[in-house]
Amino acid sequence: MRLHEYQAKEVFSEAGIPTPDSKLAETVDEAVAAAEDVGYPCAIKAQVHVGGRGKAGGIKLVESEDEAREAAEDIIGMDLKGYHVDKVLVEAAVDFVNELYVGVTMDRGEGKPVAMVSTRGGVNIEEVAEEDPDAIAREHIDPSFGMQPYQARKAVYDAGVDQSIAGDVASILTTLYELWDDKDGSDAEINPLMVTGDDEVIAADAVMNVDSDALFRHPDLAEMEDEAADDDLEAKANEYGFDYVRLDGNVGIIGNGAGLVMTTLDLVDYYGGKPANFLDIGGGAKAERVANALDMVFSDENVDAVVFNIFGGITRGDEVANGINDALEQFDEIPKPVVVRLAGTKAEEGMEILNTDLVQVEATLEDAVQATVSLTEEVDQ
Amino acid sequence: MSVLVDDDTRVVVQGITGGEGKFHTEQMMEYGTNVVAGAVPGKGGEEVAGVPVYDTVDQAVEAEDADASVVFVPPAFAADACFEALDTDLDLVVAITEGIPTQDMSKVYKRLGETDTHLIGPNCPGIITPGEAKLGILPGNIFSSGNVGLVSRSGTLTYQVVDNLTDRGLGQSTAIGIGGDPIIGTDFIDALELFEEDPDTHAVVMCGEIGGEDEEEAARYIGEYMDTPVVGFIAGRTAPPGKRMGHAGAIVSGSGTGTAESKISALEDNGAPVGDTPEEVVDHIEDLL
Repeated sequence: MRLHEYQAKEVFSEAGIPTPDSKLAETVDEAVAAAEDVGYPCAIKAQVHVGGRGKAGGIKLVESEDEAREAAEDIIGMDLKGYHVDKVLVEAAVDFVNELYVGVTMDRGEGKPVAMVSTRGGVNIEEVAEEDPDAIAREHIDPSFGMQPYQARKAVYDAGVDQSIAGDVASILTTLYELWDDKDGSDAEINPLMVTGDDEVIAADAVMNVDSDALFRHPDLAEMEDEAADDDLEAKANEYGFDYVRLDGNVGIIGNGAGLVMTTLDLVDYYGGKPANFLDIGGGAKAERVANALDMVFSDENVDAVVFNIFGGITRGDEVANGINDALEQFDEIPKPVVVRLAGTKAEEGMEILNTDLVQVEATLEDAVQATVSLTEEVDQ
Repeated sequence: MSVLVDDDTRVVVQGITGGEGKFHTEQMMEYGTNVVAGAVPGKGGEEVAGVPVYDTVDQAVEAEDADASVVFVPPAFAADACFEALDTDLDLVVAITEGIPTQDMSKVYKRLGETDTHLIGPNCPGIITPGEAKLGILPGNIFSSGNVGLVSRSGTLTYQVVDNLTDRGLGQSTAIGIGGDPIIGTDFIDALELFEEDPDTHAVVMCGEIGGEDEEEAARYIGEYMDTPVVGFIAGRTAPPGKRMGHAGAIVSGSGTGTAESKISALEDNGAPVGDTPEEVVDHIEDLL
């Protein structure tokens, strides 16, 4: 779960990390009033879960009331890489001489947290990591003891941070680690951490992503969730509780288990088709989930045919088959042709149950995928 | 011979009184697994599926001589259950639970490194030695006994590949579902090492997926240390960067690490052919046996 910049800054600021003066606004008038309040120059920043907001026109620096109004009019309501902007953060500009990076994340290879510092802030840190890995100082943290003070200092000195601000940066890194640890963060980042001419250190941006599996013990953070989906279909998937990713092809794909669904996508591609989506209905799916899954792919106008591939462990083939029949019997005319392949628990019973007037049944995964791909080719012609 | 579990494995089920725990205990026993106890705090003295329940894992081990546990405990309490199992010095702990917070697993992983216990999972289907024992939720009927070892990050993909193997008359020595979470106990290399040491495993199928670098590291291990032939399969070739494909670990990051191409070429460079489809995986195995 991702926090917006303004939410992350609230959390950081409460913990004592310096942030610029700022105000949240949802209308143009509010934004202008906020700008007058924090003073000029200030930045008007779109609050959406998109990287590279600046380049995409979602962040504007303004110097006067007129400019503030113009920028707010441009940004509020704009479509930023598919996300609708309905909130902006109006924030005092920082007159900086240097930009640093500090971050904490989980190093999955090592199974432990890692704290990172770099003097090359203000740019995409993943690019820095790739071009010049040594430009980022990394310090692995023992999760049972937490970050020791020397580790924060070591990361800061290893990164080559100037002596005059090293203590402040180490203290910010320590606070960032503590927040990451307390709040079940997956990533916590300040990029850039700005350094002013008189050696003040200020968090000009803030990223805080929280482990969704841990939200049960952070009701305050759960309340902040505002995961505006990319498009209506992804919003629908959230509502139904599916793992769903929309792609740009025309073969609708429904299956159980992430690895098998990915494999089904890959096979569609292998046999010359184009996957329209990834949809994992999860383990133990019953009639309602089956119907919801079909509704999802039928609602995607790009889809020309659907492959429904279930390998039952805890999912039962007979229950899936009944769910497919029930869902399809609702229609006078089936919206898109559906090819079904059932294997595993109660698969034979399921194959018997399936109404072959409504669906095409195939015995193997390969056959089912090929049949679906050729159905989409027929539609194309 | 087999890997980690066999006829003699004595299993305690943590969370045996829950819906999942009870159902799968029955399934495991039906398959022939030697389930000797359950452990659920506050339920000591009860009986589930004819198996005595104890309040602690320690009591269960003491009374029934269990040497392995299967964890069906809900996510909020699962890390604690893993700590309890690890501190009881069991040989094997299989954590089925999905959705354990990653920071909890980081601590469990640290503790695991201080013990001699093998942890499989979490968020995994478990482990099975066909005809002998299964610890977890794998559907026993698709497996057959033989000489192909299998290690996989995904549950249903394991079933798919096993089904193809069994269909073509190729039985399995042991199949291990290591799970799709960012932090897991037994990883590919640990499993490959066990298969390499097992005289009855003549070839290994390794099913990986996008995300992380475990497959690349495993490929280097195969090239350097393994005589037993390995055939790979990588799911997620068509996954776009930045989108998480179900598993918490299955994501190609913006900088291009964890891609299917990098994993496939690492395996091939280290002498492990990679199948484009599950059927092709079986073709390769047939060639190598």
